Amino acid sequence: MDSIGGTVKEPGSTRKNKTGSWRTFRPVLDLEKCIDCDNCILFCPEGCINKDYDIDFDYCKGCGICEVECPVKAIKMERE
Amino acid sequence: MVVKVISANQAVSNAVKLAKPQVIPVYPITPQTSISEYLAKFVADGELDAEFIRVESEHSAISAAIGASGTGVRVFTATASQGLALMHEILFAAAGLRNPIVMANANRSLAAPLSIWNDHQDSISQRDTGWMQIYAENGQEALDSILRSYKISENSDILLPSMVCLDGFILTHTVEPVDIPSQELVDNFLTEYKAHESYLDPQDPRSLGTFTDPNYYMEARYQIQVAMEKSRKVIEKVNQEFKEIFGREYGFIEEYHCDDAEIILVAMGSLCSTIKDVVDELRSRGEKVGLLKLISFRPFPKKEIANAVKDADKIAVLDKNISFGMGGAVYTEIKANIDVEAYGFILGLGGRDITPVHIEDIVNKTKNPTQDITWIGLKEEI
Repeated sequence: MDSIGGTVKEPGSTRKNKTGSWRTFRPVLDLEKCIDCDNCILFCPEGCINKDYDIDFDYCKGCGICEVECPVKAIKMERE
Repeated sequence: MVVKVISANQAVSNAVKLAKPQVIPVYPITPQTSISEYLAKFVADGELDAEFIRVESEHSAISAAIGASGTGVRVFTATASQGLALMHEILFAAAGLRNPIVMANANRSLAAPLSIWNDHQDSISQRDTGWMQIYAENGQEALDSILRSYKISENSDILLPSMVCLDGFILTHTVEPVDIPSQELVDNFLTEYKAHESYLDPQDPRSLGTFTDPNYYMEARYQIQVAMEKSRKVIEKVNQEFKEIFGREYGFIEEYHCDDAEIILVAMGSLCSTIKDVVDELRSRGEKVGLLKLISFRPFPKKEIANAVKDADKIAVLDKNISFGMGGAVYTEIKANIDVEAYGFILGLGGRDITPVHIEDIVNKTKNPTQDITWIGLKEEI
């Protein structure tokens, strides 16, 4: 073990702390319905959706805000 | 070498002066108060070059001690009873952050009812915090234990805090001859402090005390257990070095006439002096009785105890503490770890006097046991 007492020796440890395992429901985006409004990108509290609408499942906790904010119901939350 | 007639609190203060900590955050509490007074005077008189922080509580005292230790300097603090209880939360942090802080605890009972007198409930109640614990029998042991504790705690394989426990009033306010070693000898034994791992260094930046998710926490706790187990070897080595430099010998336990003893009494702290007198008296009457003095409570020396009591018929374990609904801590730990016929005795709570008559009573009750745990010195009429 290279750390004693929980000491963090280099910056960026949060990146190693994958929180996607907390998810119960995962957002599934139907690109056919998507109108590129970017609401999901703007409302995602974790910044997990990029400009190409790729969802980062390492950190997406499945909160479902994207589903609620999507004006054309292109995102459906599905059980993991 | 200078032998002075001083109290154990003075002995501790002199040990701290010789160990030269750079930061001393202390909050005064009976019966520890004179330790903080002596140290404040040493600092004010220029005899000890340290930052003496007058904190507003014990919670702050140990918090400041952690902060100071995190800057990579040697730290000392001291407390007792309610003060130690108030530190409880932060004691876990000190061990978890691997700060080699040394603290003196002037053993005193816990309220309620409010009492300023001695028992071991305060420090025993902190046994699971990850601190090493040494119990002193007299002022000399209190002084020596502070020096030994720094050396053990600061070992790079250990990095755990140490608590030196000395009986309130019985030791803290009673004067007896104590050999105060020279600075030169102490400097040979306890070299200049060099921080390891868990401290802030601008040349090698790191974060301390961060949040950890379930991926990391358990490993950090496991490391404490590993360090505690490793400390057994380090303690042996430090004791050997201490003996070579100062001529006084320490172990995890002290055996007093245990070799051929049929009944062995097990106890910690100043009570052992009373028991030694009784052992001498009983031996002069032909009774094969011995004493096992437990010096190191954490780490718990199960191997040494098992070896010391292996030829005894029975043992009596004397506890100045009680885990309600179970029994004394030393008794229950011995019962759990060592295959020997053992009986537990609860005594001396809140400063109740323990006389030679009580000790003889315990020996007799161990010969003819009627129950597993017996309270000694209780007033029947209340």
